[in-house]
Amino acid sequence: MAKYKMHVLVCGGTGCHASESDTLLENLKTIVADKGLDNEVQVIATGCFGFCEKGPIVKIMPDNTFYTQVCPADAREIVEEHLIKGRKVNRLLYVDPENKEHISDSKHMGFYKKQLRIALRNCGFIDPENIDEYISRDGYEALAKCLTEMTPQQVIEEMKKSGLRGRGGGGFSTGLKWEITSKSVSDIKYVVCNADEGDPGAFMDRSILEGDPHSVIEAMAICGYCIGASYGLVYIRAEYPLAIDRLKTAINQAREYGLLGQDILGTGFAFDIELRYGAGAFVCGEETALIHSMEGLRGEPTVKPPFPSVSGYYEKPTNVNNVETFANVPVIINKGAEWFASIGTEKSKGTKVFALAGKINNVGLIEVPMGTTLREVIYEIGGGIKDGKKFKAVQTGGPSGGCLTEKHLDTPIDYDNLLASGSMMGSGGMIVMDEDDCMVSMAKFYLDFTVEESCGKCSPCRIGNKRLYEILDKITQGKGTRDDIDSLRNLSHVIKDTALCGLGQTSPNPVLSTIDNFWDEYIEHVTDKKCRSGQCKALLQYYIDPENCVGCTACARNCPVNAISGERKGIHVIDQATCIKCGACLEKCKFNAVFIK
Amino acid sequence: MANIKLSAEKLDELKAVCKSFNNDKGELINVLHKAQGIFGYLPAEVQEVIAKELNISVAHVYGVVSFYSFFTMLPKGEHPVSICLGTACYVRGAEKVIDEFKRLLNINVGETTPDGKFSLACLRCVGACGLAPVVLVGEKVYGRVAPEGVKDIVAEYAK
Repeated sequence: MAKYKMHVLVCGGTGCHASESDTLLENLKTIVADKGLDNEVQVIATGCFGFCEKGPIVKIMPDNTFYTQVCPADAREIVEEHLIKGRKVNRLLYVDPENKEHISDSKHMGFYKKQLRIALRNCGFIDPENIDEYISRDGYEALAKCLTEMTPQQVIEEMKKSGLRGRGGGGFSTGLKWEITSKSVSDIKYVVCNADEGDPGAFMDRSILEGDPHSVIEAMAICGYCIGASYGLVYIRAEYPLAIDRLKTAINQAREYGLLGQDILGTGFAFDIELRYGAGAFVCGEETALIHSMEGLRGEPTVKPPFPSVSGYYEKPTNVNNVETFANVPVIINKGAEWFASIGTEKSKGTKVFALAGKINNVGLIEVPMGTTLREVIYEIGGGIKDGKKFKAVQTGGPSGGCLTEKHLDTPIDYDNLLASGSMMGSGGMIVMDEDDCMVSMAKFYLDFTVEESCGKCSPCRIGNKRLYEILDKITQGKGTRDDIDSLRNLSHVIKDTALCGLGQTSPNPVLSTIDNFWDEYIEHVTDKKCRSGQCKALLQYYIDPENCVGCTACARNCPVNAISGERKGIHVIDQATCIKCGACLEKCKFNAVFIK
Repeated sequence: MANIKLSAEKLDELKAVCKSFNNDKGELINVLHKAQGIFGYLPAEVQEVIAKELNISVAHVYGVVSFYSFFTMLPKGEHPVSICLGTACYVRGAEKVIDEFKRLLNINVGETTPDGKFSLACLRCVGACGLAPVVLVGEKVYGRVAPEGVKDIVAEYAK
């Protein structure tokens, strides 16, 4: 990278890509070339910077200028003003929401201040399609160190000492998993990378694969060395075309450099990687289901034991780890287990990537040390709740997790604390909700997801979740009773205790956690037939204020079910029995006479 | 089920796909991905050919096709509209966007307009949560879509 004086880094992640960052990149390249600067300025697309709310992001190095919300039309000004004249384009700089000052170095932004990027270390720094850039940031050094200086057992010991736990949700010790697979006796073994990121609202695995694919390839090779496997498979969602492309490019480059294939670095170690595509099934994130899917079967889970470490892909010992877990491995080898173990809490070491989304100001991908509190994440990094509304809940762990409330805000985030609060780490989705969100509807939303994604193999999950959904639907329709809440609770516990796999065992979590934390809201729905957030349409009642009604007949003319009666220039009335609560009258009334109660 | 006959040309293409995966039944999902790329969907005939080539039962193929949401047995519209129903989009009002599409196109989710122009589907998270709610038309991503903006998106493709 040294030969260029300046580097222009343009975010090429999916979010920014959707906001025309590809056109922006082309414009920048063309203008730089037109000005004859292409020998001095390098323009590249990088992986995700994380600050998706303010995308597309452009970063200029070495002066570390961070431009936000850049349009393709801004390219000329950036080149002419910044690159040529050395003047920063002020209007594209981030504005601090508190003191309204322009900030040009991302280090000083609230969004980045508390972050520590280990798994995301290279995302937004390097060109993911160029292996040399990865190598220039210590890439493949860990693999070389393992192959030439360490025995497989030493590497496993190092991993165990680091305290790294599975980042896909389970939280099982990575080193221990490797050890178990290494001890399974077999002529063929497999390393599998789980990139089937099915949790809606989580996109860290995709960002790592798009922004730093080599870190995953390197880690898989290290894992192969430890467990005695020479074959790796990446199970990736077909919905991630960009990640698939980047990964394919990276694998080919690694092969060209002799970092994959036969006799890697002259050590005699052989390892190669192939891709397998998912086809849209959430349950395939469960490792046994994933393995069946890779074999070309329906992605249905099977009972453990036997664990994949003993009998997995085509009944051979198989080590399955998630993308983010793998991304941590090379750094641990390079910097040492003690360094890694010094970050985080007693039982959860290192950092965790979260996808922060929902009703929050700074939507994006963040990485924080374990033990950071929810308050720090939501208010300092996330910049608080959108439109100055009141915080209500944060949902962690996706459809298998739970809703946490204000009382949990100061809980340090780690695997065990989240479990104890009735939620879970999951893959790291973090959806923030405000006062306008109805918690019963939220539980229903997740159950709708689970019902659709249940594979149907075991009855508790297939039938039980459907019943949970029906009861929740009944409550949001205003037909619920007190007994329904008890039924929800009982049924939830039965499903948790008896379902076959992780999907069913955790699917009632959103129901249980909303009942526990928002008991009043459930009671309001069933006894007062009210939804305080106004989200449950069936529980709303539209009225016409006789004081304001002028009898213009606009409401009556627009009512699709003729529920409104009244003479011209006379006061109109809504018949509650006929009203379907479509809201057309409220929208059409120019005199603010229609209101909701 | 649509009653279509495969052309000899397409049939050869499909067989070539199976062959490129060594007619290995373990590659069924990869074969189906390619087949859907050729035909746009996976009608019964296509599944029968694949079953024969990979030497597995049609029931096995159908079982896999119906299991995964990515595979479809119905032809999509010329402009497939997909609305993200991931959690981030949901809390930012994706449901109202779906309702507006349903109203304007006069079809339900999973259906295609009679003129074959639009089809409507929901998907779970494209990972552009910063732009929620997100709508995809074909491969083009529309971010921060409000119900009021739906008619403009439809108009763009209705010509």
